[in-house]
Amino acid sequence: MAAPAMSTTHASSPASETPILSVRDLVVRYRTSNKGHVDAVRGVSFDLYPNQSLALVGESGCGKTTLGLGLLRLLPRLGSVPSGSIDYTDGQGKHVDVLKLNRQALRRWRWEEGAMVFQGAMNAFNPVLKIGEQMGDTIKAHADGRKPSQQEITDRSSEMLRGVRLEPKRVLDSYPHELSGGMRQRILIAMALLLDPRLLVLDEPTTALDILTQRAIVDVLAELRAERGFAMIFITHDLSLAAELADRVATMYAGRIIETGSVRDIFNDAHHPYTAGLINAVPPVRGELPTLASIPGSPPSLAKLPTGCAFRDRCQYAVDACATTDPPLDLIEERPLGLSHTAACLRWQDVHSSREVVGADV
Amino acid sequence: MFEHTEHDAKSSHALMEISDVSKIFTTKHATLPAVDGVNLTVNAGEVLCLVGESGCGKTTTARMAAGLSKPTAGTISYDGQDIWSLDKAGFGNFRTAVQYVHQDPYASLNPIRTVEATLTAPLRKHGLAKNGKEAWEQATQLLRRVNLTPPENYLSKFPHQLSGGQRQRVAVARALSLDPKLIIADESTSMLDVSIRVAMLNMLGSLRDDLGVGFLFITHDLAIAKYFGWQGRTAVMYLGKVVEYGPTPEVINNPQHPYTRALLDAVPEPDPDAAARKLEGGGLKSAEIPSLANLPSGCSFHPRCPIAEDGLCDVKEPALAPVARRSVSCHVVQREDGHPGDRIRPPEPAGATSTS
Repeated sequence: MAAPAMSTTHASSPASETPILSVRDLVVRYRTSNKGHVDAVRGVSFDLYPNQSLALVGESGCGKTTLGLGLLRLLPRLGSVPSGSIDYTDGQGKHVDVLKLNRQALRRWRWEEGAMVFQGAMNAFNPVLKIGEQMGDTIKAHADGRKPSQQEITDRSSEMLRGVRLEPKRVLDSYPHELSGGMRQRILIAMALLLDPRLLVLDEPTTALDILTQRAIVDVLAELRAERGFAMIFITHDLSLAAELADRVATMYAGRIIETGSVRDIFNDAHHPYTAGLINAVPPVRGELPTLASIPGSPPSLAKLPTGCAFRDRCQYAVDACATTDPPLDLIEERPLGLSHTAACLRWQDVHSSREVVGADV
Repeated sequence: MFEHTEHDAKSSHALMEISDVSKIFTTKHATLPAVDGVNLTVNAGEVLCLVGESGCGKTTTARMAAGLSKPTAGTISYDGQDIWSLDKAGFGNFRTAVQYVHQDPYASLNPIRTVEATLTAPLRKHGLAKNGKEAWEQATQLLRRVNLTPPENYLSKFPHQLSGGQRQRVAVARALSLDPKLIIADESTSMLDVSIRVAMLNMLGSLRDDLGVGFLFITHDLAIAKYFGWQGRTAVMYLGKVVEYGPTPEVINNPQHPYTRALLDAVPEPDPDAAARKLEGGGLKSAEIPSLANLPSGCSFHPRCPIAEDGLCDVKEPALAPVARRSVSCHVVQREDGHPGDRIRPPEPAGATSTS
């Protein structure tokens, strides 16, 4: 089997051909007032392989955060999963039905197997506890009933903090407010990885940060992933970040995945008008100054979706058939390990992202 | 009245001049030179981009330019007059001519005012509309100007009924209501989605081109500065000082100061191949910005600088001096007259095909 050049998947390990996470037809529903409901995620399916990094991209309100929360069963009280399945395969090859885990098992599964890095690093900490105590609490809660010594806690926390290039001595003894936004975000990453999870979900980890801080976090994540090997789902609205951190991209629109593919397939030749629009909306910092076009209009309300394709009102390629058919994901190019290029558009053959890619030989 | 035919940027007159301006905040424990001896000029109908990290003094400079805070040293003159020596009426005129668009449209609009009330209040207050009907008409025109059409759909809405991009357009419409000559946009697009950001920038660009409004445009994203400020100039700030200042194409496409280079290297590239060629950490020695209360000796950038020289950069403070069609404050760059680049970043061969 020829592994694609850009995949960092370990082709040598047999486990890499079993997905770590297999999601099928997942629906996430929010209850609204008047006994109504809206589906924020409408039938999402994908496989994530060990060590792979998947970027979920889309505008605000497309359901990417809801999907991330749903995968770890962190939905708020009004949210539920009425249908679909999430199948997780642990390091020993044992299957875990995440949606059927009871409370106790779920508590263990989260953080030990699947961990999350939230957006807004300030709100994710307890403001009145020092970082060292918060990291210690995590280690104690997942210690299998034994009592880890203070030395062990400090050692494990320090190791993880050094992994995100922070000075443990200074950080462990600080309160969250004493640290900068970039430092807090890196501590969150360190905490999420404290129990060596095999799946990490990151929700817009760099959105509120400066460009140099963002660079530091991107570097740290790439380094940690090469070192420790975990699968990553990376939620972002910034496609350039996806280009840097992901092996695969899945574009979401109105609660559905509408295009998937390897990061190269997506950037070199996107076939869904929405993905192409997102790519063409990012100003490049190098090279010629292009005229950029935005995507007209705004995403439809999930409570009042149009018939047919949800994107058709904003789509320059829309034809009459788009009003009646909600297109399924069509296979464009088959590739192994979930890297196949698919797009949910009746006219995908006519759509090409226009960005010229210099220096690509794949 | 601004002349629409004025195209040559060099001959257009200076709308705002910021000369040797400093702002020193004093706390119980320290003095913080947030802005230290900054010289900038915004010409009529021109864009000046101010870029840098958080805490570099961009917003403090912008607030002083808007007359919202008074410099501790130096002068800010608008239309040739020091704004802090103007009388009450003159200052009022200055404040109507220079408008501010804030970063966060969720916080900058009054939540209990409709869009119509937000837009008509300044018109009525400054007597630009004689009665309610006139104010309403002008408000609809303003909304059209910022592409919120049809305006009737938006006038009766409250901010919470609008999306982030729509709110920011209302904030721009409000800034436009008094027919300003200069708009100070402080990270006005950084909270918006990628797809909306471009629409916003294109709309602001049309204000610059059609109405001749000048912009002091603050951003930490150099790709945005390049896109919006291509015809104008860009100033890069670091710890309260301008370290590189010149025409945007020069500064962004051929950066000289090591800090500008680091900022540019840090911008994520919407291209997986270019991303693979990135230098780690933007080539900087440290990701942490030093504290203003305890500035490094000599060049305040030297602890992070990849080309800093012992005995020079940690001792002597560099001044802005012309290098390669812009001003740069860096000893090494000035000495080597704009060719230290090879030591920071290996030159990219034309048509490079590195894919690792």
